Amino acid sequence: MAAKFDLNDDGVVVIVGSGAGGGTLGNELAQKGVKVVVLEAGPRVEMEEFVNNEWESFSQISWLDKRTTSGSWRVAKDFAGLPAWIVKAVGGSTIHWAGASLRFQEHEFKTRTHYGELAGANLLDWPITLAELEPYYAKAEYKMGVTGTNGIPRLPGNNNYKVLAAGAKALGYKEFHSGNMAINSQERDNRASCQQIGFCFQGCKSGAKWSTLMAEIPKGEDTGNLEVRSDAQVIKIEHDASGKVTGVLYGDKAGNVMRQKARVVAVAGNSIESPRLLLNSASTMFPDGLANSSGQVGRNYMRHTTGSVYAVFENPVHMYRGTTMAGIVRDEAKLDTSRGFAGGYEMETLSLGVPFMAAFLDPGAWGRGFTSALDGYDHMAGMWIVGEDMPRETNRISLHATEKDKFGMPIPNVHFDDHPNDVAMRNHAFKQGSALYDAVGATRTIHTPPYPSTHNMGTNRMSAKASDGVINKHGQAHDIKNLFVSDGSQFTTGAACNPTLTIVSLAIRQAEFIADQMGKREI
Amino acid sequence: MRTIDKRLKVTRRNFLKSGAAAAGVTALATGTVVIDPNGAWAMSAKTLKPDTMVTLVRMARDLYPHDRLGDIHYARAIEPYDAKAGADETLKRLIEEGISGLNQAAQAKHASPYAAVAEEGDRVALLKSMEATPFFQKIRGDMVVAVYNQPEVWTKLGYEGSSAEHGGYIHRGFDDIDWLKDA
Ligand SMILES: Cc1cc2nc3c(=O)[nH]c(=O)nc-3n(C[C@H](O)[C@H](O)[C@H](O)COP(=O)(O)OP(=O)(O)OC[C@H]3O[C@@H](n4cnc5c(N)ncnc54)[C@H](O)[C@@H]3O)c2cc1C
Ligand code: SF4
Repeated sequence: MAAKFDLNDDGVVVIVGSGAGGGTLGNELAQKGVKVVVLEAGPRVEMEEFVNNEWESFSQISWLDKRTTSGSWRVAKDFAGLPAWIVKAVGGSTIHWAGASLRFQEHEFKTRTHYGELAGANLLDWPITLAELEPYYAKAEYKMGVTGTNGIPRLPGNNNYKVLAAGAKALGYKEFHSGNMAINSQERDNRASCQQIGFCFQGCKSGAKWSTLMAEIPKGEDTGNLEVRSDAQVIKIEHDASGKVTGVLYGDKAGNVMRQKARVVAVAGNSIESPRLLLNSASTMFPDGLANSSGQVGRNYMRHTTGSVYAVFENPVHMYRGTTMAGIVRDEAKLDTSRGFAGGYEMETLSLGVPFMAAFLDPGAWGRGFTSALDGYDHMAGMWIVGEDMPRETNRISLHATEKDKFGMPIPNVHFDDHPNDVAMRNHAFKQGSALYDAVGATRTIHTPPYPSTHNMGTNRMSAKASDGVINKHGQAHDIKNLFVSDGSQFTTGAACNPTLTIVSLAIRQAEFIADQMGKREI
Repeated sequence: MRTIDKRLKVTRRNFLKSGAAAAGVTALATGTVVIDPNGAWAMSAKTLKPDTMVTLVRMARDLYPHDRLGDIHYARAIEPYDAKAGADETLKRLIEEGISGLNQAAQAKHASPYAAVAEEGDRVALLKSMEATPFFQKIRGDMVVAVYNQPEVWTKLGYEGSSAEHGGYIHRGFDDIDWLKDA
């Protein structure tokens, strides 16, 4: 039975956000007997309520509160009010996510060492290594039921994957398969097997896809140690005279502001909202925001170097049938600076339905050049590029000077400029993507610019030294012992792979640390 | 491989509002009924001028021309503007002034209102010259959603829409591609 805790209970761990980081941390702590209140800004929408309709689903679960953009990235022009495409609901963006679950490569924890000093990039080695995270990666893969690990068979490749694989083979690529996906290829963990429904982004209606909504949160609730309070947007984290955090203020559905006391606060609102909350919690003691003595809160915002390649063929493909992300080519993910850039990228199949394809294929385009591509919709195959982008101090989340949301909290501005390394990588990936499809007879390939950010990272980075970042190797604030960051904003650098497996692994590891420190009364 | 029947079933819904028979503009108690000159669609206009609706439908097709789509699909995308303009004076002005600007440009160049300019290329050139205006941006931004958010348009383009209620594609051709030499 789900727990219910008192607002004045100062023994609980309060977690802000119920997504990949927050939802996992909540369950892990609850399993260890720690009392947890997860405050989630969005509503609780259950699997049965999800809809196989792109725009309808978008308005059902997306974070649509106003945000502004600046910088030279194309998203600021194409989607000025929508810098990121993420979820506001119990389960966070794990409702939207496609399920690709990849480990970082060893060198990707040490980019400053391996890439050297890159002008305009704020590279830094992570304070942890692959070896340290490996046991947690293994736990996360087991928990999430990742295909291709733990003896779990890979998913069968769909049409979109078969085109990708044929092209990869023709180009001489070696490492391609139907992915390491947190999607059941067979019944497991009381969740069904994938029905190849094809609406993974709209919340999987079969439960085959792992999400904190379907997997972590119900398990945590069953322990009787976890309460998930939905429609509860945290506005401010409070602290006492000693500088320890004491609880949070949140706005509820009725518009009231409530105070929940806490022994520990963990912030997991995704990489735009987490720094926004820390910055908005400024006080006389912490005038620049909580945990911000380094000045790095909100900075080093990363979103992966992305783009898509869609190809039209003489014959039908029907790429929309089956899993949205149905396979991957990993050959370009390696570190090989002879290509003219540091870092690497993955090519992953991606499919959009007609409504989103129209909106995203070439934002702003119209006329026959555009519509002739859509006329070939059922003859299309598509891929998404996921590359490591360079952290930059100036790419940042900041509080809007004048505009506020309904709780009086300043709205966030998202500033991003591509680093020249990002541009070189994207161009390389576009070229390779076209070559791959040309090799199987594409009659036309289209280079689609980045969508609003789905991977948001880095804005409360981990660092060995307190002067370089916001949190230590356990996600604990350098400045405040009982304040943690538990989502993708912890990332020191972003690696050439999808972030969620790493977020979940860090959350499992962090839960061990928090429980241990609470036991020792260190926090 | 399982391909899709892209023919639409013939329904009375080819008319947005039933009861309209002859081409032209008819006044009814409920408002003015605008009927497409070719009889492909009809809709009522209470706030926007009948000519404005006809011109918007033409513009929608010129923005997103698909020769396999009948005018009805563009008319459906345009129809909600009338009610929206009824509730929003700024939008009403944006549309009426935008259309009037478009017609003036058409008159100056082709001595004809926009919707009657015969060549698509000429109409596109007129649109191109207005591309930076808020009116153009508003209509384009709305149409790229409204034209493509219609299940009948999905069928025409070969997209099958919602699939969970059909058990997904696991038994309906998720991997049935048959023309790759080396898959
Ligand atoms: C379409 C799409 C596809 C994706 N595919 C993949 C993929 O295949 N593989 C992969 O690894 N990743 C994928 N991702 C990314 C993945 O979803 C995110 O990286 C991950 O969910 C981020 O976890 P998080 O904990 O940082 O934030 P989230 O999961 O976004 O959770 C944050 C939660 O915090 C809540 N919140 C925010 N602010 C507050 C506040 N002030 N008070 C209370 N609650 C708050 C939000 O409402 C949200 O529910 C995808 C994302 C999208 C959108
Ligand atoms: S394709 Fe599989 S994972 Fe995706 S929504 Fe369907 S059942 Fe769920």
